[in-house]
Amino acid sequence: MSILVQTDTKVVVQGITGGFGGRHAQLSLDYGTQVVAGVTPGKGGQFFAHQGHRVPVFDTVAEAAAETGATASAVFVPPAFAGDAILEGVAAGLDLVVCITEGIPIHDMTRVKRAMAGPEVRTRLIGPNCPGIVTPGTGEDSHGGCRIGIAPGYIHRSGHIGVVSRSGTLTYEAVWQLTCRGVGQSTCVGIGGDPVNGTSHLDVVKLFNEDPDTHGIIMIGEIGGSAEEEAAAWIKQHCRKPVAGFIAGTTAPPGRRMGHAGAIVSGGKGTAAAKIEAFREAGIGVAETPSVMAETLLKMM
Amino acid sequence: MNIHEYQAKELLKRHGVTLPPGTVVDSPTEARAAAKALLDAGARRIVLKAQIHAGGRGKGAFTNGFQGGVKLTTSPDEVEAFAGQMLDNVLVTKQTGPAGRQVRKLLIAEAPQIEREIYLAVLLDRATSRPIVMASSEGGVDIEEVAEHSPEKIIRQPVDPAFGLPGHAARRIAGRLGLGGAMLNRAASLIQGVYHTWWECDASMVEINPLCVIRTPEGAADLWAVDAKISLDDNALFRHPDIRDMRDTDEESPLETEASRHDLNYIKLDGNIACLVNGAGLAMATMDIIKHCGGEPANFLDVGGGASVEQVTAAFRIIMKDPGVQAILVNIFGGIMDCDVIARGIVAAVKETGLELPLVVRLEGNNVTAGKRTLADSGLPIISGDSMADAAAKVVAAVVG
Repeated sequence: MSILVQTDTKVVVQGITGGFGGRHAQLSLDYGTQVVAGVTPGKGGQFFAHQGHRVPVFDTVAEAAAETGATASAVFVPPAFAGDAILEGVAAGLDLVVCITEGIPIHDMTRVKRAMAGPEVRTRLIGPNCPGIVTPGTGEDSHGGCRIGIAPGYIHRSGHIGVVSRSGTLTYEAVWQLTCRGVGQSTCVGIGGDPVNGTSHLDVVKLFNEDPDTHGIIMIGEIGGSAEEEAAAWIKQHCRKPVAGFIAGTTAPPGRRMGHAGAIVSGGKGTAAAKIEAFREAGIGVAETPSVMAETLLKMM
Repeated sequence: MNIHEYQAKELLKRHGVTLPPGTVVDSPTEARAAAKALLDAGARRIVLKAQIHAGGRGKGAFTNGFQGGVKLTTSPDEVEAFAGQMLDNVLVTKQTGPAGRQVRKLLIAEAPQIEREIYLAVLLDRATSRPIVMASSEGGVDIEEVAEHSPEKIIRQPVDPAFGLPGHAARRIAGRLGLGGAMLNRAASLIQGVYHTWWECDASMVEINPLCVIRTPEGAADLWAVDAKISLDDNALFRHPDIRDMRDTDEESPLETEASRHDLNYIKLDGNIACLVNGAGLAMATMDIIKHCGGEPANFLDVGGGASVEQVTAAFRIIMKDPGVQAILVNIFGGIMDCDVIARGIVAAVKETGLELPLVVRLEGNNVTAGKRTLADSGLPIISGDSMADAAAKVVAAVVG
């Protein structure tokens, strides 16, 4: 088992005919992911060909889902149009929309979240500005898994640790540390570095807690906002599994945005020190350095 | 992106927010003329305000000894004399750091008779992903202190982004600020104007501190946004070319400006160990681990999750222009990108820039064995780090000696 996506989840790539979307659609196909459709408005009827695969391209997500049974999408659409692309996936009734796009205006995302707030909405959003999700497969170098997004597939290994993080490369670090120790992952989720995003640390931790195949969790956070504190408070009360964590940004100067739009200490709020304290208070194993994320969790298990 | 006070006021004015009449100038004679015009139009007092992207101007001091980046006077002669002391001189405030900022422009404005000072801001509430209007009857002071000591004095009105700030909600805020009676509708429409400015300009924050109840020379009460600060969402500047043109690169560190031209995220810090990393989270974590090992990071530098050879080369050039740097740590997790390609990029950049500082490289990921071999075979004195911790320890040791 796994969370959010299984190895056989059918995926549609929004923006498959673009350079970035196309490249990562190829890598997902190479990884063995069921990429069954692409969407580019105006290019419906074409095919996306790669190594013997012929992926049909549709004008709309609704058509793609109806024709192919895709239930999850990866959004690789430029920032100005990405908010609309997310809502197209929602309107098509997909289970999951994963938005990779970096640089979406924050006001657009406030409206997207508002549009997704209704009780009739059944779609979950991951991202934006995120590396995506990987549920590793059981083949060589975790081949046969479901890779939605831009993470390198081969670093994974099928297993029982859940990883959730805002940052891409820091997620890869944690995953690689696990894999190098022979420890596999159930699902790895990058929730993205923007201040307004779909799924939070807490949402993902709850899913891992309910997943019988996830036995331990690595949660990676960074300065800005209070999502890590909220997750920690819940973990203290409800989480039945060991959790280790790392918070990036102890040395970040206040008031400066550290690469990610959401990574900023403002008005003394969102500091690494406060988040680390919340982790400790909740019994989360704190990795002193990013080099020991896996080690910290494994010592707890 | 941050903009100057006079630019923020220009945006607010477009959305119907009332402000003290004023003009931005860059010479003492212009300052005098602007003051004269305001006095002739009925102003009783004039304020000169240094335009820099930093707070604490009033209590700041110029490096030429002149006190205060905000000055009040009633005489055009004095305006001209003050302007001569302020313009082109360096103002140091608690927010500028000891280097201060050169003042290139002054805002010359009417200084009204102030009866009350109020705080008003619109920003993003990250917890709800919605805009929020924050207001307090305790204006003119540091709002963070008010929030800490008297949180009950802060009004928080969440806004539904689908509908904006309705009139009734704006009137409720005005009422709670004690702006009732004849002032109620006036205040509500000003609050809505500030919200519209936030929304229409794609601002990340609009802050009016203070918003003042003032008494005009004729004795009537009015509401003026006496000071204003606006930060904008960089991601939305593509749809606001007029606002993008308000960027003042004189207010940025030259190295940061150069980095932004290469799509690099670079923030200069005060330490001596430079780092070059792919991905923002990993870049922050690399700074942290340098500090953890007893060193001081000289910068934050994210070359992007993908890390192209061109970007790595540009990043090296920028790092080497920082005179405080004594050693460099490169930390790349080559996920999709081939580590050997990155390694060849590093070798080329080192040769091209004639680097003489200690360089520690930690590569991990795709084709890492070939990458490490490329570094080893280059004949360059590159120190290889096996893990992040190992690399950080080595780079700190290289500086300590």
